[in-house]
Amino acid sequence: MNSLELQSKGLYEQYEQSAIDALDVVDAEPLDEKAVQPDEVLYAASQWQLMWRKFRRNRVAFLGGVIILIYYVCALAPGFFAPYPADEYLLHGELINQAPQRIRLMDDGRFMPHIYKIAPEEKPEPEETETPQFTFTPGRVDLEEPEAFEPGLVVDETQPVPIKFFARGYDYNVLGLFETDIHLFQPADPEAPIYFMGTDDASRDMFSRIIHGAQISLSIGLIGVVFSLVFGTVLGIASGYYGGVVDDLIQRLIELVRSFPTIPLWMALFNALPPHMPMLRKYFLITLILSLIGWTWLARQLRGKVLSLRNEEFVTAAKLAGASDFRIIFRHLLPATFSHIVVVSTLALPAMILAETALSYLGLGLQPPTVSWGVLLNEAGINAVTIYPWQFAVPAISVAIAILAFNFLGDGLRDASDPYSL
Amino acid sequence: MSDNKQSILLDVRNLKKFFPIQRGLLRQTVGYVKAVDGVSFFVRDGETLGLVGESGCGKTTTGRTILRAIDATDGEVWFRQGENMINVAELSRRQLKPLRREMQIIFQDPFSSLNPRMTVMDIVSEPLSIHGMAKGKQLKDQVCELLEAVGLKSQHMNRYPYAFSGGQRQRIGIARALALRPRLIVADEPVSALDVSIQAQVINLLEDLQAEFGLTYLFIAHDLSVVEHISDRVAVMYLGAIVELATSTELYKNPLHPYTEALLSAVPKDEPGQTRERILLEGDVPSPSNPPPGCKFHPRCRYVEDICRTAVPEWRELGDDHWVACHRAEELQLRGIQTT
Repeated sequence: MNSLELQSKGLYEQYEQSAIDALDVVDAEPLDEKAVQPDEVLYAASQWQLMWRKFRRNRVAFLGGVIILIYYVCALAPGFFAPYPADEYLLHGELINQAPQRIRLMDDGRFMPHIYKIAPEEKPEPEETETPQFTFTPGRVDLEEPEAFEPGLVVDETQPVPIKFFARGYDYNVLGLFETDIHLFQPADPEAPIYFMGTDDASRDMFSRIIHGAQISLSIGLIGVVFSLVFGTVLGIASGYYGGVVDDLIQRLIELVRSFPTIPLWMALFNALPPHMPMLRKYFLITLILSLIGWTWLARQLRGKVLSLRNEEFVTAAKLAGASDFRIIFRHLLPATFSHIVVVSTLALPAMILAETALSYLGLGLQPPTVSWGVLLNEAGINAVTIYPWQFAVPAISVAIAILAFNFLGDGLRDASDPYSL
Repeated sequence: MSDNKQSILLDVRNLKKFFPIQRGLLRQTVGYVKAVDGVSFFVRDGETLGLVGESGCGKTTTGRTILRAIDATDGEVWFRQGENMINVAELSRRQLKPLRREMQIIFQDPFSSLNPRMTVMDIVSEPLSIHGMAKGKQLKDQVCELLEAVGLKSQHMNRYPYAFSGGQRQRIGIARALALRPRLIVADEPVSALDVSIQAQVINLLEDLQAEFGLTYLFIAHDLSVVEHISDRVAVMYLGAIVELATSTELYKNPLHPYTEALLSAVPKDEPGQTRERILLEGDVPSPSNPPPGCKFHPRCRYVEDICRTAVPEWRELGDDHWVACHRAEELQLRGIQTT
């Protein structure tokens, strides 16, 4: 080694040491500052807090969430929101196929929501009160027929009937917990029916039926998703974590389930249910059948997620610290996939609701007198689209709004679910 | 520098790890990637053994196989427990658990090695809770101690990893590795992912901790200048096998293997004007699924002779504690570099 080299080596060392000293200071400073900064709230914020921060900023998703919340509140206590029981025949069964009633908000310049009383004519002819028989020839519908009012019913516009809020009406039960008769709104005169979404061909209030139907339609989605979640999470995580033969078996099972054509499979399964089975049991079996097909989605997604997580170094670190499989799965893998599970289930709910609706519409699912949105669509029948459009539109629109809201919510959650991708 | 008489803590004998290459629907095994192909070395209690080599030469796999993060295909890993040596490679999972307390790892990537959903407290305390070594306040106190030992503020323990910089995250990883008070730490390129400026800090921290806790390091790196600073002895790996092992001063001054010489020639020079011959290796590293016959280095070696193409060189000791696998080690005059 020549002297120049030696000299330069010494200089380099000095430089190196001074650089290290300088950096020690630089690194230490921000640590001290951060301790007193309000950022501590952000630095110690959990994943859920960060998700919430991000989600709140997404207005469409937030709106979706609010709508879903309203729907589910209605589904929890339909008696409170529906002015009538699901099978109440208005005006003793004479208010058939009525178009939506107009709700007037102002009376003599004052704010007073009210309706007008509708009643049969003084001398009703028995023939006239029955549903007129329409002759339906495909491709031709007689639009000249009166639609809004059946012959024999007259609206009394002289006496406004105010709508009372939080008024007493029929008795109902809230989730089997307590009985009450308080309703969100009721017409002041019990003889004056309120039907602002029209009535069906058996003179029942569409709005009340939609609210009561929501209970079944929305909960079938929820329960179905819970079943799917259990199957999908267990099988998906097992498949991804253990790999090998377990993975192969589960993946082939998923392919098998997925390759069945769904509608014929459903038909076969529903036909296998005994026809006089109690409705509640049938309802649970239907959700189970729906989720037997729905779980594959989640299982696939979770498998992929776990496959990538399994090789993350923090999982290796836990393994090398001596953690059991159980601990690794529940402390490291499941929390990491949790936001994913929430998103997938939010997006799976509408599919479940649609499936129930489709099945009931086809007459394969629930049947009257049970009320669900699918049953309502099925009851509306094919004529309804052109002649009594509200009978079809009301359930269809409420399904559509629920689906859209779920999708908005799910998209928002998905965007918010990875708060570390800042 | 370490004393020869010091007791051996870790003795790795003929370690092999082959990964099967599977093709087709039925996953037929069509070959093996020989990531680690017969590695033997030992580490003395309290020393630092550097393990260097190019990317893909099997350094990381060696480290992880020793720790049983992955299971070895063949070979023995003897670890000293009191008076006895235990073969880690053949322990069952249950037998392994108490031994996990003795051997820990520091990872290369300070980002993927910390669970982003856990607070620093949860991360550092996890090994302690797994082994039931502390609970409640005691656990918290221990975590505080560990964080302070690695130069972090204990009041930051409720933060999540994203609130920290790369260097700070690496310190968290070191605190986690220290939590169980291990004797051996496999440091898997602990500074490669860090800025050059932070590297020196972390290296110094590792040295301080070694003195404080009496640690033994297996220090894996691809950078000879980093290894030189911290290691007592250095092993050079090429294509799944160790080609040379010596004390770091000896290895740097007097390399016996042509591959070591080539690596040393790539160490940055201290001064721009300095002249040193840069040995450029020709060709790429051969595929570990199909290594060349004879000496694995022969297609790229500038001193190659016929014997290198056919015979596998023997792993032998030349001089004091200087091991090499090269047919021509005695006759070649290879150039080293001056070290501090």
